[in-house]
Amino acid sequence: MSASTTSELAPQTDPKAGGPAPLRLDQHIVEIVSDSGEGAQKAGQTFGAVSAKMGNGVWTVEIIPAEIKPPARSRAGASGIRVRLGSKPITNMGDEADLVVAFNEQVLYGRVEQGAYKPGTKILLENRWATDGLDEIREQYAKALADFRSQGFDVIELPMEEECRKLTKNPRLGKNMFVVGMLCHIYERDLDKVNDEVAFVFAKKGAKVIELNQQLLRAGAEFAKANLPFRFHIAPWENEKPMVVMNGNQALALGIMAAGIETVAMYPITPATSVSHHLGSVYPAVGGCLHQAEDEIAAIGFAIGASYAGKTAATVTSGPGLALKTEFLGLAVMAEIPLVIIDVQRGGPSTGLPTKVEQGDLLAALHGTPGDAPKIILAASTIEECYHFVILSRRLAEAFRGPVILLTDANLATGVSPFPRPPAKEEWFAPPLDQSPWSEGLKPYAWNPETGLSPRPIPGQVGGEYVLTGLAHTDESHVAYDPTSNQTGCEMRSLKLAALQKTLKPPKVHGDPEGDLLVVGWGSTLGAIEEAVDRLRAEGFRVSSVHLRFLSPLEPGLAEIFKHFKSILSVGISYNDPPDGPLMNEETRRHAALTVVLREHTRMDIDSWGHCYGQPLTPGTIYAELRQRLTR
Amino acid sequence: MFGLKSDWSLDVPARYFTLEDYEGGTARWCPGCGDLAVLTAVQRICREEQLPPEKVVSVSGIGCSSRFPHYMGTYGFHGLHGRALPVACGVKARRPDLTVWVATGDGDCCSIGAGHWVHATRYNMDMTVMLFDNNVYGLTKNQTSPTSPVGLKTNTHPRGAWLPPLNPLSATLGFTNASFVAQTIDWNPPHLYETLKAAHHHKGFSFVRILQRCPTYTDHVFEELQRDPSQLVVLNHDEGVSLEPSVGKMFPNHERHDPSNLDEARRQAGREDLIPIGVLFRNEACPRYDEYTAQGLDMTMDERIAGLNRELDRFAI
Ligand code: SF4
Repeated sequence: MSASTTSELAPQTDPKAGGPAPLRLDQHIVEIVSDSGEGAQKAGQTFGAVSAKMGNGVWTVEIIPAEIKPPARSRAGASGIRVRLGSKPITNMGDEADLVVAFNEQVLYGRVEQGAYKPGTKILLENRWATDGLDEIREQYAKALADFRSQGFDVIELPMEEECRKLTKNPRLGKNMFVVGMLCHIYERDLDKVNDEVAFVFAKKGAKVIELNQQLLRAGAEFAKANLPFRFHIAPWENEKPMVVMNGNQALALGIMAAGIETVAMYPITPATSVSHHLGSVYPAVGGCLHQAEDEIAAIGFAIGASYAGKTAATVTSGPGLALKTEFLGLAVMAEIPLVIIDVQRGGPSTGLPTKVEQGDLLAALHGTPGDAPKIILAASTIEECYHFVILSRRLAEAFRGPVILLTDANLATGVSPFPRPPAKEEWFAPPLDQSPWSEGLKPYAWNPETGLSPRPIPGQVGGEYVLTGLAHTDESHVAYDPTSNQTGCEMRSLKLAALQKTLKPPKVHGDPEGDLLVVGWGSTLGAIEEAVDRLRAEGFRVSSVHLRFLSPLEPGLAEIFKHFKSILSVGISYNDPPDGPLMNEETRRHAALTVVLREHTRMDIDSWGHCYGQPLTPGTIYAELRQRLTR
Repeated sequence: MFGLKSDWSLDVPARYFTLEDYEGGTARWCPGCGDLAVLTAVQRICREEQLPPEKVVSVSGIGCSSRFPHYMGTYGFHGLHGRALPVACGVKARRPDLTVWVATGDGDCCSIGAGHWVHATRYNMDMTVMLFDNNVYGLTKNQTSPTSPVGLKTNTHPRGAWLPPLNPLSATLGFTNASFVAQTIDWNPPHLYETLKAAHHHKGFSFVRILQRCPTYTDHVFEELQRDPSQLVVLNHDEGVSLEPSVGKMFPNHERHDPSNLDEARRQAGREDLIPIGVLFRNEACPRYDEYTAQGLDMTMDERIAGLNRELDRFAI
């Protein structure tokens, strides 16, 4: 799919709708930007949900300021939502927006500074500031307006609040639904469906509130019809499968339930916390136990205790929490305790960028534990995978008797997109507690010397009594006072990763299996990378990509795949030194985490590209970088 | 047929457990260490209560006393320094059928794991927590602990511990939802046994501070107490610990103390004239978090699948 350019076909007349005929497009990006608390996100979610219901591919992502209540009319306070619509599945937030609704000019600046718009972007701007009582505000508004126009934005000033005041005394709260009405006219959404959605969204607030919001919706649609000289038509996607729509953290919560994970212990941390919010409301449906622990360490300790007692358990965190959990993580490796650790990554190090995205925890996950602590690490690259990979993680944790770290990130956590409705399968649920007598004479760590695997006794099993210990231990779980046990234990735990690797298939190459450039990525950048690669391939460039789901052990055959390309580039939302920066040469330049891992693994020369501005990589920036490399 | 008797039945003879069933590896504590007495008391309680060994889990952190699980013949979890309580809570959360004993020391519980101590007390999950308080770090070889008396010479304070010691009883009685607080001494087996038994019978988080002799590093700290029981006061009550008269006679001071009285319990915990032993506080009415965490355990697979389908459908488009 093309990203920054839309295929604009000849407009057709639309006698039913009246007004100008809609422009036919295969994708479009809309943003609503406001001060926080003005309901922009609810408006965008409503619009996105209706669009998905009408068969469009949709990716919705919230624009979140770092503070809970930033000052009104401030650049840093830009809050809102982006909705990318398409006539095919949409896998990422795309490049610059095509249409923006903004409630004031200062928050718009916040987004302009982030490069969210391009010349030609249509901006529907609230114009009450032009007549504000304060000179200062009127001046700011006039200055900004001139500035935006000089940058080539197509600004249309609209009296949205004034229109809403005709229906409500508090237009600041009502205008979000007015905006949904406008968008529904612009994008030809079915107003009945939108009315239903509004009734659903406000169900808890009662009939009066629903009625008012539906009035605002209609008023918005009529206002747009009377005043806006354009409409857009994005054909629905031909899809027969039943779909669900949710964000990555909701998918994690449902995946936890589908995996039969009975206990989740967590401590609030952005951007992972909303997993617990969803679980808090839905976990009782499967009899699950959500424990909000006193701290990150207690959270993993609680999960480990539950797992030791035979109950499937997970803990959910983000980078700083993962750091605190490190000692327990080492215990889970050492004593081979099955456990799922979900890390919804944010920007780091330290408190870093709590609400923003980064793929910064790979090396911490791999190597953060003292001593040799091999563990399985998976990364979800789509919202759908957030669901399915929890199930996979739970099974791997049990089969390989140890911790599995599942990495996702803030981009997946907050992105909302439809995907085929997953089933609830009995075989995906954890099996019931085994309380049969333990085989006589079987040791608690009866390692298979070929695989390192061993069966695990569960409290309640007669004859299985053993004392789990974090000390180096023998296969009987006795504290090792001999010189060989620690070496043997290390070998057995490491062997498990090799055993798992033998069961994996090489990753699929997106594009031709040979060429000039191969892009390697992992996690949430999948959609953006493939979109960029597709555009370049359509232009005739010999570029392909590979996206890793397993990071420890790595999927097999990577060196073999890499050999067929002239150069290999890892792309990700993670820091690497700019190659032309001061003091930089091959000896000083620090590479991205994925490059470090791949270089060590393949012993090949792999380059890095990416950044950590706290923003997802867009297809357009990846495209530009790759194109430059391919034409160098 | 095949010589089977016609009155053959599937009835399994009732299991009877002896002390040996609760014995694990040979204890490696120093000779004369008070930990051994506690181990024996717990094994005797298990036998008296006929707890199936496979249903008993002892959880510990790191320290001399945290070797405890290794010497039990039951399931055990010897985890991380300071982290016995979160693990024990996790074990209990979804396994109401298991009996949980926690062995923790003054460094483990009152220093590195102090945060968990506050919250596990408040969770009030059903388990017996034994604070082996020897006033010193033994395993790491003689460092000051939070309960070390002022002036105790250790490797980290060779001129004597400077800060006043933390009072684990007063602290626990200050945490919201504390439901059982007791104190005993390792060198009087009947009192130790009766106190731990009362703790085991209490439904909730039973916190027992055990004054524990460490002949290697703090021999002199409890020496006088041992020699001179008049420095102790035995708390008596029908709801507390009952001692045989012959044992009771070993202690010159007795006081009637009603363990349902929190203010009195706090006064006992903080008193400086005598050292109280017995049950200071007990309240069976405190909410128990393990009743909350066990919710949903009885759901069938079909109910769980139906529940998940219902939630998935809420996201359907
Ligand atoms: S050092 Fe003290 S507490 Fe530790 S085993 Fe020896 S006597 Fe017991």
